[in-house]
Amino acid sequence: MQRVRHNRLNLALAHAALIAYTIIALFPVVIILINSFKTRKAIFRHPLQPPTPDTFSLIGYETVLKQGDYLHYFQNSLIVTVGSLFFILLFGAMAAFALSEYRFRGNTLMGLYLAIGIMIPIRLGTVAILQFMVATGLVNTLAALILVYTASGLPLAIFILSEFMRQVSADLKDAGRIDGLSEYRIFFRLVVPLVRPAMATVAVFNMIPIWNDLWFPLILAPGEATKTLTLGSQVFIGQFVTNWNAVLSGLSLAILPVMILYVIFSRQLIRGITSGAVK
Amino acid sequence: MGSLTLKDVCKSFGQVEVLHNISLEVEEGEFIIFVGPSGCGKSTLLRIIAGLEDATSGDVMIAGKRVNALPPSRRGIAMVFQTYALYPHLTVKKNMSLGLKQAGESRAVIEERVDKAAQMLELAPYLDRRPAELSGGQRQRVAIGRAVVREPELFLFDEPLSNLDAALRVNTRIEIAELHRRLGTTIVYVTHDQVEAMTLADRIVVLQDGHVEQVGSPMELYNDPDNIFVAGFIGSPAMNFLDAALLGEPDSVATIGLRPEAITLGDDGPIRGTISHLEHLGADTNIYVHVGDKLVTVRAFGQADFAVGAEVGLNFAPEAVYRFDKGGRRIR
Ligand SMILES: Nc1ncnc2c1ncn2[C@@H]1O[C@H](COP(=O)(O)OP(=O)(O)OP(=O)(O)O)[C@@H](O)[C@H]1O
Ligand SMILES: [Mg+2]
Repeated sequence: MQRVRHNRLNLALAHAALIAYTIIALFPVVIILINSFKTRKAIFRHPLQPPTPDTFSLIGYETVLKQGDYLHYFQNSLIVTVGSLFFILLFGAMAAFALSEYRFRGNTLMGLYLAIGIMIPIRLGTVAILQFMVATGLVNTLAALILVYTASGLPLAIFILSEFMRQVSADLKDAGRIDGLSEYRIFFRLVVPLVRPAMATVAVFNMIPIWNDLWFPLILAPGEATKTLTLGSQVFIGQFVTNWNAVLSGLSLAILPVMILYVIFSRQLIRGITSGAVK
Repeated sequence: MGSLTLKDVCKSFGQVEVLHNISLEVEEGEFIIFVGPSGCGKSTLLRIIAGLEDATSGDVMIAGKRVNALPPSRRGIAMVFQTYALYPHLTVKKNMSLGLKQAGESRAVIEERVDKAAQMLELAPYLDRRPAELSGGQRQRVAIGRAVVREPELFLFDEPLSNLDAALRVNTRIEIAELHRRLGTTIVYVTHDQVEAMTLADRIVVLQDGHVEQVGSPMELYNDPDNIFVAGFIGSPAMNFLDAALLGEPDSVATIGLRPEAITLGDDGPIRGTISHLEHLGADTNIYVHVGDKLVTVRAFGQADFAVGAEVGLNFAPEAVYRFDKGGRRIR
């Protein structure tokens, strides 16, 4: 009896803590969302009030979609994020497979070398990267951003994925070899499906920083054609006047695609966890 | 010509040598079992035959062809793993047919062989299930089915029964024996369970520390072991080893061996001891007797009764005594 009450108290406390955290985490997002649907005057006078028929306005969204090339920035951001994630996962998983599956001279050394990048922020190398991009003529291309993000995401991806791949049954891979599967088929058909939850984790870890990054787009691809969303939104923040309607609407729109990607990956995550549980 | 020949196969992992000059000739249709304690290199030897490991030196020949350089899928073998190793995302049917599909067999042939194997192993009702939806015994049968449909020259089994519970183990053991009788294919089978080895094998290869200790039929190994290791490993309960001085043997004999079932207890006998413990198994009784500081196992048929602590004599026929020299070699 006491145990039950004790558990219930625990449960209530846990829920209270989680609810509090959710409110704190969502508060700024909700403020941005409701204010993006209000007139400029209402934003400043009653910032916490939801839009009423009087104060409702879509002026922010209109400005955003008309001015600048918002949809184009959007597309750039999406290409860069999805492209980088694709290469991080592909090359990360392949390197992790090689490190965990094959015995060769220098295996450990190679693993360490690939993991060092976890400790060194890639921004320290900005100048060298810029020089390299200028020399190769990649400045102001999306490829430059994809290359940089792929490089910075790989160390952690390899580190995490090789741990998971070591846990994939060796007998399973050997069974594949006896059935005549090539090493590539073993990798893509047997191993990748089994480490999908880990790959989703890696994708989620990498996605947000890439989507939100301002540093590299500003340095490597500031041109109009290659501006990303974060960089493009800066036009509404002026030195003297800031178009708050547009900034808030722009931010609201920017949340959407990340959320969609997140839902896709997190479903993978959960499926992975539960399929392991009922095994 | 045998269906499998090993010639001076050696294997090292880095500096560590785990297999030393293994040579073996296996006849067509034979059921060969590798036994030995854990870590003696049974699995490694099997994996070298399969082509999953390279031999450091030596030759592997299957059906008269040297296969050292061939990948596993082209050696004409099929393997059943201890952990089943079924593809978790494929149905039973696809698990069984993947190898044939890779080998480029026509759909009709695949269909026919899978059906035949499913009939034989009673897997027909489960063909569309995934491995996760099967019991342990069913999974094991799927793993065997996956090997059967390949119609190999040589089956390789690596401790296929060790993940099953005792009752299922006996059933599956009988199924494997029937399978061998029906297909007549050569089987190389690894186990550390000597009962499995005795009941299934045509010939047993006893391995220790990467050496072949003895090769022979189960009864040859039981009746005529070459050395103290084989004598102690084959037979259950294990052979008793006693100091040769007890029987006044010549100096060249260091140890004598007596099978538990070769000893009878009486009031008198050349060796005397005290009863320490009794195990009643119904059909027979294991009696443990202290002889000096050694514990000797005696197996009496039927239900014998002795008082613990009583003094008894151990009797045996003179020809039941096995003699071994200092190095553990049998003196015949
Ligand atoms: N990949 C490897 N690298 C280094 N040493 C290995 C490797 N695989 C096996 N060994 C060593 O080789 C020896 C033989 O191993 P093996 O797996 O063949 O034993 P086993 O007889 O099958 O034992 P068990 O009955 O426990 O399965 C062991 O000492 C093991 O430590
Ligand atoms: Mg083994």
